[in-house]
Formats: sequence, structure tokens, C-alpha cells
Amino acid sequence: MDRIEAKSPGNQAVALPRPFVKWFSEKGWQPRAHQLELLSRAQAGENMLLIAPTGAGKTLAGFLPSLTDLVARGKIPPGSAFTGIHTLYISPLKALTVDIERNLLKPVTEMELAVTVENRTGDTPQSKRQRQKLNPPDILLTTPEQVALLLANKEATRFFKDLKYVVLDELHSLVTSKRGHLLSLGLARLRKHAPDMQTIGLSATVADPMDLQRWLVPQGENPSPPAGLVHVTGGAAPDISILGTDSRIPWSGHVSTYAIPEVYEAIRRHKTTLIFVNTRFQAELLFQTLWTINEDNLPIALHHGSLDASQRRKVEAAMAENRLRAVVATSTLDMGIDWGDIDLVVHVGAPKGASRLAQRIGRANHRMDEPSKAILVPANRFEVMECQAALDANYIGAQDTPPVGEGALDVLAQHVLGMACAEPFDPVALYDEITSASPYAGLTWEMFERIVDFVATGGYALRSYERYAKIRKMEDGRWRVSNPQIAQQYRMNLGTIVEAAELNVRLVKRNAKGTLGRGGMTLGKVEEYFLEQLVQGDTFLFAGKVLRFEGIRENQCLVSNAFSLDPKIPAYAGGRFPLTTYLADQVRAMLADSDRRVNLPDQVRDWLSIQLERSMLPKQDELLIETFPRGKRFFMIAYCFEGRLAHQTLGMLLTRRLERAGARPLGFVATDYSLAIWGLNDIGAMIGDGALSLSDLFDEDMLGDDLESWLDESYMLKRTFRNCAVISGLIERRHPGKEKTGRQVTVSTDLIYDVLRSHEPDHVLLEATRRDAATGLLDIGRLGDMLARIKGHITHRDLDRVSPLAVPIMLEIGKESVPGEAQDAVLAEAAEELIAEAMS
Amino acid sequence: MHRLGISARTTITTAPATEDILIHGVAAVCDPLGGLYLPETGMLVVSDLHLEKGAAFARRGMMLPPYDTIATLNILAAVIARYDPKIVVSLGDNFHDRRGSEFLPADLRGMIAEMARGRDWIWINGNHDPDGTTDLPGISTDELVYGGLVFRHEPSLISGPGGIKGEVAGHLHPSATVRRREKYVRRPCFATDGHRLLMPAFGVLAGGLDLNHKAMQGIFDRKTLVAHLLGRDRIYSVRYGNLMG
Repeated sequence: MDRIEAKSPGNQAVALPRPFVKWFSEKGWQPRAHQLELLSRAQAGENMLLIAPTGAGKTLAGFLPSLTDLVARGKIPPGSAFTGIHTLYISPLKALTVDIERNLLKPVTEMELAVTVENRTGDTPQSKRQRQKLNPPDILLTTPEQVALLLANKEATRFFKDLKYVVLDELHSLVTSKRGHLLSLGLARLRKHAPDMQTIGLSATVADPMDLQRWLVPQGENPSPPAGLVHVTGGAAPDISILGTDSRIPWSGHVSTYAIPEVYEAIRRHKTTLIFVNTRFQAELLFQTLWTINEDNLPIALHHGSLDASQRRKVEAAMAENRLRAVVATSTLDMGIDWGDIDLVVHVGAPKGASRLAQRIGRANHRMDEPSKAILVPANRFEVMECQAALDANYIGAQDTPPVGEGALDVLAQHVLGMACAEPFDPVALYDEITSASPYAGLTWEMFERIVDFVATGGYALRSYERYAKIRKMEDGRWRVSNPQIAQQYRMNLGTIVEAAELNVRLVKRNAKGTLGRGGMTLGKVEEYFLEQLVQGDTFLFAGKVLRFEGIRENQCLVSNAFSLDPKIPAYAGGRFPLTTYLADQVRAMLADSDRRVNLPDQVRDWLSIQLERSMLPKQDELLIETFPRGKRFFMIAYCFEGRLAHQTLGMLLTRRLERAGARPLGFVATDYSLAIWGLNDIGAMIGDGALSLSDLFDEDMLGDDLESWLDESYMLKRTFRNCAVISGLIERRHPGKEKTGRQVTVSTDLIYDVLRSHEPDHVLLEATRRDAATGLLDIGRLGDMLARIKGHITHRDLDRVSPLAVPIMLEIGKESVPGEAQDAVLAEAAEELIAEAMS
Repeated sequence: MHRLGISARTTITTAPATEDILIHGVAAVCDPLGGLYLPETGMLVVSDLHLEKGAAFARRGMMLPPYDTIATLNILAAVIARYDPKIVVSLGDNFHDRRGSEFLPADLRGMIAEMARGRDWIWINGNHDPDGTTDLPGISTDELVYGGLVFRHEPSLISGPGGIKGEVAGHLHPSATVRRREKYVRRPCFATDGHRLLMPAFGVLAGGLDLNHKAMQGIFDRKTLVAHLLGRDRIYSVRYGNLMG
């Protein structure tokens, strides 16, 4: 059954210890080529990266080097000196460590190996954690946060001195986040404790494997050779299709409800279907709509991050036992947990990235020699093109995972404090260690010193906190923590995930008198900002139920059953990915080239050909600007295809410029594909008579002063700042003994931000915030690239009415301004008029 | 931010649009800088300065910016210059913690001494700083009865008709939200029903609590409650019932 192509070094004479040979043969299996290659190269001392699709036996491959080494070592005789852990396995998900423990214990028990395997997560009881420190297992399965905790401990040296292997699972998803930054720093420290330790990274296919190969080894002044690569290609090509429908494909929106009957049919025809969506809101809506037509009462479940953990565990268990026919899920199910026999993946809404699609499709069918089957369900016409582009990419194996990126400064601050908690540090030695972590290879000494200063006293020009310093320089030049409380504070605040203020949603009963009962079950958590928009009696969709909002009591949101099918819908923004540059590029190519449009459905092709008649379709590197009047307003649409975040930033900046140019802009709206701005003056005529120059309007200099002055007023930076403030340890996540919810924090980070901006605009935490925003919420980097790309390639069409290509974004405008339950009716009405106008 | 912005302004309007009110028959002027001036007695009241809040957090390992005290004192200096009061009353939570005044840096101490020169200064003790002040001009006390009014940090709990009359208090940091055409604006405010007045928090890092919050329940007769919101250069007075439009 071994049909995997691996670039084998031709060295098949790998010494597998006898228990392994016996075990494989008893199972009727053969070790796969890539498993053996990884083993032999690791045994030869190489750090390794294994890239393989799901079902290729990745986990076993990752553990073979340490298992064989442990077998060679043999059982440690009782009474021996303390032996630290041998292998550290790190995964991004708690659930994954539990899953791997089960999967690893099976061969270990069957082969009767004298190897101990345990996991350690935030859920591990204190007593077990203590015991693990005294008597560590051979293999410890854990998360990046736990690694940081162990490293900040005084006993870290002892605990890690015997470490031979670090296995990093789902590496592709870890490295691009702040958790990955923290982990890279942890890895650098682990190398101090165990200089000969080797890394083994396990990853799905990525755009640039060399990024990961370097990540796995020390960088800095004398970088090690990149980790060796074993790349398992192949597996059967997936069978992906775009859902065919008789219904009209919507012009805008993200919910795909038009396709529910077809999705339901697909569920009926398959054993187990996994339905992926991009947001919790889509998950809720889809789940509810499926149940309204679930005449066969098929067991269909819901799984997303806001649901109560116990509810999620129930769904996962039912899934593993093949008791479910379908699960509607968000990215919480993205990663490699074994989910029983899934034979179909339905992806609702556009995948937003080619690699993300490939990984999600990989969830179906864990045997990699059978084709995975997947159906894509675009929610609107642009998404049809995006799905087609992702599908094409999947067949040619194109990848668009984000690059690893520069290490975040707030994470660095957290790490520096952690290292001081472990033992006094020498600044030069710590700097060298930190710059050996690939995300921090470019860190300057000056910035490092500022971070140390920040950790010690806040790093303010006004040096008034010396007496309160958290870490202090000793006479020998090393830095130590001032007192044990600081170390405790560090442990309480560790981690890089900052959650928005969330409230528990508790279902209560309403009795005959209309008063609320006590008790009732917790359904999950919902973000506070969403609840702030609700008044008592409003209905919303959550945990698959239509709920009536009753009020907030303490830190709980009380709800009752609404007995209604028509909820006012939660507007969760969480979980929406921006469109990747690669897919955006492909969609532009599709617009530019009629040959690439042949596979699109008739409806979409008709739409585009009318656009071609009425206006034009832009070339791949061209920016099309359309202007037209509608109602009492003048509209300007820019088809940039750079993702919603970059468009939003562009919208903020362009409206400032149009204001100065006298166009009297009133507002804008951004989608993944385009940006619409409207105003009182005829922008088209202004461009036509030369009063407004498009090349000036879109000049890169907008990223200078205009950006700065906007940032002064922007609320987005405040959100970013809050995260940085928590991660860097400027403010506390929580207090020992007096747990506070996010909504009760004693000092507003908005106020701190304002104080800093007005008194110390160059403060290192503001610098950290700006860097975060440039890649995160504002996507300034991408906007800059686009402005450079379109220079000299802007084409303007002044139209007398709305164009077909403009319809989707024009419908979004309607959405933003009409609140509440009247939305759909108004929308439907407005949509009909608009489409008739554009297509006639 | 509003109060920080004010603090950063180099010149402060000499004649702002204040609001003249009566508290239990005593005339008072609500100033947009957050001070209450009582012309009959020449008294200026401010509340909840929360000086050295940044330092208080730093003492507990959170290094908040050390610029809040100077920002607050700048505004205080401006409002004192505006009225040249005979008496200044700081209505409690003058410092954010008990050690605040003891560890106050010398230059800031000097600023306060300068402001207090030639006038009486009364520190009312608050829940954050119940022990009074160290090495600062003026006297500390829990409560002051003067000119037909009683001044204390926390509003007393007696309320309703025949309840408390003529009380000026702080502690709760009242703020109000005004809604007009789906736009919301939230500002600190003086809140009074004519019998009792709650002072807005004066400190730049103090934050606010909405008049609708349950901690505000029973303090006022809401039928006559008016919120005097602090604007940039003027006071905006809105009846409680009209806040939401």
C-alpha cells in the first residue's frame, strides 16, 4: 500500500529495532519510505522537516527517531540519578496532545516498549504537573505556552538537560502567529539546556519550505545549515467540484443559504460530511437552516470556538465514533485530529486561500491513497471566481501560506521577563540566544536594550519607576527578577492569545409571570461588543438555537428560548480571513483572460460579458475605477482585489484625500474584492475635467502623513495596542485570587494608549503596535505593494449608471445602513432594482 | 482623548460656556474642565483626581505611563487660574492608593504647593486614600459641612423625597451617553437632581461609570435628574429622560 513518493536518499538499510520490525509485520504494514528516510537522517544528526499530506503516517514518522533511541537506551534502572525528558512534542492544540497520546500509546503498548508518554496542558492538574517535574516522562506532549512555563522555571536546566528531540506538529500553522514567535524563543532556550537536541517539524504543504527549514535551526551570526527536508508529494488527487445549482447565485453576501437543499442532498448521499465555513455566524446560520429542512432527522452537529468546551467534546466524541452524519465547523476543526470516516468535505463560502482549502480538504479520508472528495459552495458571484481559482490552484499544487514574518516585540518582552524568572540572565548572552531564533534574527541590540528597559521599568523617558523595577541589574551585569511575586505574575499572564471580553451565555427559563428562573445551562461565550448592541427582547442565533436576549447579570448573558425562526442575527466578525494575495491575483487573471473563464457557471459568465459591454474588465495588473451617479449620490468603485483589510485602510485614506480635493465624500464600504466611496460631488466629472488626478489620488505618499494623521484618530490601533499591552505584560490579564472579566479591567488600555501617544509617541510599545497593525488589521504592507503595482496602470470609466461588476459592493452598502429585522426585506427590494438597472 | 487633549492644550479658553445651577438652593457653576465653583463661598470643588495612578500600578508590577499626574495637575492649575478660589476642596480619591502622596515626586509636589499658595486647601479622604495626605499643603478630613452643603467622597445611601439634601459627592465617576440619530457620545458629567450632586472624575486616567449603571440606582430622583456633560469648551446639559433621544 506504500505508494508514496519520497525523495529517498537510497539508503533503505535503516536499522529498525526488532520490536518495530515485528510490529509492522504483525500489522501487515511496511514502514513507508519517508518514515525511514526521516529516521535515518535524524539518526545521522540532522534537524528535519517532514512535509506530507494527511494520512501519510506523519505522526509515527515524527516519533520514530525518539522511539528507536529510547528503545536503544532501555529502561532507566530504579535508583538512577534524575533523568530529564527525552522528547518534547509540541502542538498548537490541547486536544491534539490528547489525541496523539492515545495514538502513540497504542504502538508503544503493542510493542511493549519501556517508554513513558504523558501530556501536559492548561488542563493538567497541579499535582500531576508537580509529579512530572520530579519524575518526568520520556515523552512529554504539550503546547507552546506550557513550554514557556517550564522554561521560566528554576528547575528548567535539570528538566531539559537530557532532551534529544523536539517534535513540532502542525508547524505551518504555528510559525505565522505570535505563539510561533514565543515558541521560536523557547526553542532557542531549549538549545542552551540541551545543545545537541534535534528538531523535527511536521507540516502540511507550504509555499516556502525553506522558511520552516531555517526556523527549525539556530540562526544569527553563525547559522546552522537548514533542517533537512522530506517532502511527501502525491497521494491521490482530490476530487473537488463547485456546487452546481439551479437557484440564482447571489450577487453579494456570505451565507450561501441558496444552496442549502443541494448541501443537504450531498449529506444524505455520503456517510459523514464535514462542512467548513469561515465564520461562527455562517456556522450558526447554516446549521439552523439545515435543520429546518432535515426531514430525515439526520444527526447533524455544530462545532465552533464560542461553544462551551463540554459541548465541543461531545461533538468530537460522537464524530470519532461515527455517530454523526454531518458537522458544521469553523477553523476549530482545521487541524489534524482524527475524525473517523469523513468521506466528504463541503466548503461553504470561498476558502480565501489555496493552501487553506487543501488542508481542509485533507480532513476527508485519512487514507491518502484514496482521493478526498470535496464540494465548494461559493456564497456569491465573486466567490464563484475565487473558488474556481482555488480549485485550479489545488490541481497544480500552488501554495499561498503566509511567510513566517518578523518576531513581535510584545512577545519578546514577555520572553525576557520569563528568562529572568528562570535565572539571572547576562544581556549579551541572552541577545545572542534570542537572535538565534529565526523570527528574531534581525533584532538590533538597541531594540533589545529598549525591550529590557521596558520589562524593567516600562521604558519611559521619565525615569520615575526605578524603585518599582520588575527586573534589576546586579553588580556582575546580569539581570534578575526583583521579587518572587514578579515570577508569579509572569506565570499568570503568560501566553499570546488575548481574548476579547466575552460573557458566558446561560439559558434560563421564563416562567408564567415573565420573571426569569435561576440555573440553566451554559451554552458558550459571546463577545461583549456584540451584546452591547442588543436590547432586551432581541433575538439572535447561537449554539444552533434562536435565543431571546434577557439581559446581563454579573458576567453572564442571560437568554431564553425564543421559539422563533426569524432571529436578529449575530454579527460576529471573528474568524474572517482576508483573501490571499495569490488567489486575488488569480481572480484578476480570470477577469482579464476569457480562456480562464470557460469553467465558470453560465450565470457568472453572463454577468461578466454584460460588464464587458457596459464598461470593461480590467487587465491583470490594471486598476479599474468606475464612477457613476445613483440616487442623489456619486459613486467611485475601485476594483483592487487586495482583501477587505487593505481596502478598509485604503478607504479611510482616500476619503481624507477626496475631502481635501472637494469631492465631499460621505462614506465608503470595503469587500475582499473592491472598494466603493460615495459623495455629494460628481467624482467622475472631476476626474474628467482634470480637477482630480487619479494618479495623485492613488499615489503611494498616502502612506505617509495621511496615514499618520488617520492613525491618530483610529480605534483600530487601540485594539491592537490592547493586545500588545497584555502580551508584553504592561497590564495584567488577571489577578491572583480576583479574577476579572475583560469588561471589568481597572484601567482602560484606550486611556493608556492616549497618554503614551501624547507624552511619549516613540515608546517601544507604540512601535510594537504600529508593526502589528501594518501586517494585521490595517494590512498596510499589502496596500503599499498594490499602490506600487498599479502606478501608471489606472483606468477610469465614467458611466451613466451602476455597472454589473459594481452590483455586489453596492448591495453591501445597503446592508450597512439598514439595521435590524427589516434588513432582508429592504435588501431584497433594493437588490432587484439595482440588478435590473445594471443588467438591462 | 478628551481630558488628555485638554491637558495638552497650551492655552485654555478664559471664558468657557459654563452652566449655572442650584444645589439645594446654593448657586454653583459647572465648568467644562470638571470643576464645580461655588461663588457665594469662593470655593472650587474637584473630585477623584486619582493622582499617581500610574505609579500605583507600577508598585504592583504594571508599568503604566508615568504622565497621568502631571496631565491632571495641568488641568487643575488651569481651572484654579480661571476662578482664583478662596478654598479648594478635593473630594476624595485624591491619590490612587495610600502611598501615592508619600512617594509623589518633588516637582509635582511643588506644583501643588504653588497652586495652594494663598488659599485654603481641603483634602476629603476617599476609599482609595483613607489615611489623608503626607507632606502636602492643606488639611485632611472625612467630611466637610460648609455654606449650606455637605461634602463627602461617597454619596450617602439615604435617598428619595425627604432624603439627603444638599450633598456634593464623588466616588462614582458619573458619565452619560447621548444618542442622536444612531450616533453615541459618552462623556463624564456632573449629575444632579437639584438636591444632590455627583462630581465627574477629574483625573485623566479615572474612567467613568454610566448613569444607567446599577451602582447609580437610588441616588437620584430621575424625574429631575440632569446630566451636565463636559464638552470641549462648554457644558451640555441634558435631562436624564432625553439622553437617548
